[in-house]
Amino acid sequence: MTFEQLIFYILAAIAVISSLMMISVNNPVKAALWLVLAFIATAGVWITAQAEFLGIVLILVYAGAVMVLFLFVVMMLDINLVKLKEGFIRYLPIGVLAALGIFALMYMVLGPNNFGMDVTGEPVRFDANHSNTTMIGLALYTVHVYAFILAAVLLLVGIVAAIALTIRRRPPHEVKYQNIDKQVKTQARDRFEMIKMQPVKEKPVENKKEEDE
Amino acid sequence: MVALSDYLIFSAILFTLSMAGIFLNRKNVIILLMSIELMLLAVNTNLVAFSYFLNDISGQIFVFFILTVAAAEAAIGLAIIVLVFRNRKSINVDDLGSLKG
Repeated sequence: MTFEQLIFYILAAIAVISSLMMISVNNPVKAALWLVLAFIATAGVWITAQAEFLGIVLILVYAGAVMVLFLFVVMMLDINLVKLKEGFIRYLPIGVLAALGIFALMYMVLGPNNFGMDVTGEPVRFDANHSNTTMIGLALYTVHVYAFILAAVLLLVGIVAAIALTIRRRPPHEVKYQNIDKQVKTQARDRFEMIKMQPVKEKPVENKKEEDE
Repeated sequence: MVALSDYLIFSAILFTLSMAGIFLNRKNVIILLMSIELMLLAVNTNLVAFSYFLNDISGQIFVFFILTVAAAEAAIGLAIIVLVFRNRKSINVDDLGSLKG
């Protein structure tokens, strides 16, 4: 077993064990943390397959942003943990059976008979200063540039949809809102008026302190 | 050298585990969403492995776009969950059957 295989198997084992823990733990917060570990181990697996840029992106975007979003939502919702696990034992046999059946089918197709090293041949290995990011960038900004712009629009739609779904207007007697339309339309003459009046001399303010003494 | 079948079987294991997670966690929509994320990760691992062995960068471009779509999907899915919880005080899948005819 070479060093590369050792690294691959360790990372794969970490990913499999942590995803097993993810689907079986009771607490959604712990499930999210196990999923973060699975993402990090899988990012390592991708890096062994010379996809360095995507490995880093997986850690930054998924472990860094999406899973934090998950954790925020889990912690915002006040969930009854006991009720959430009710059907676990009931669905366990059929879940394990379906998983094993589908895995057996996948193994027959994807196993070493069809995709072993002697069938596929050795992959091309790049030397140490080869830049995966440059290759992705060249393909992304030339051939796939329209899809790239479309992805940007998709993210914008995602932002707008998420905000529009969760925004909550509370009634005005609870919270005071700015009416920006009204503020912009306001003019100085509506607010400030000059009037003419006779000068009036006010009475001097009596010093109460001395009177008390 | 790690063979292509190793990568594919690893992603098959991840995929079946996340499928079992969807079977088992019927009560919790958040864990269902996490299982879907794990499924997408398994599929992406397939694409990365084939991109490596065929020496074709297009597979990694695809993974890049799948990551983008998955991030948007997670954000909108979580927003919908927050909305459902605000209205129903529950994220149990069985309580969310009001669209049933």
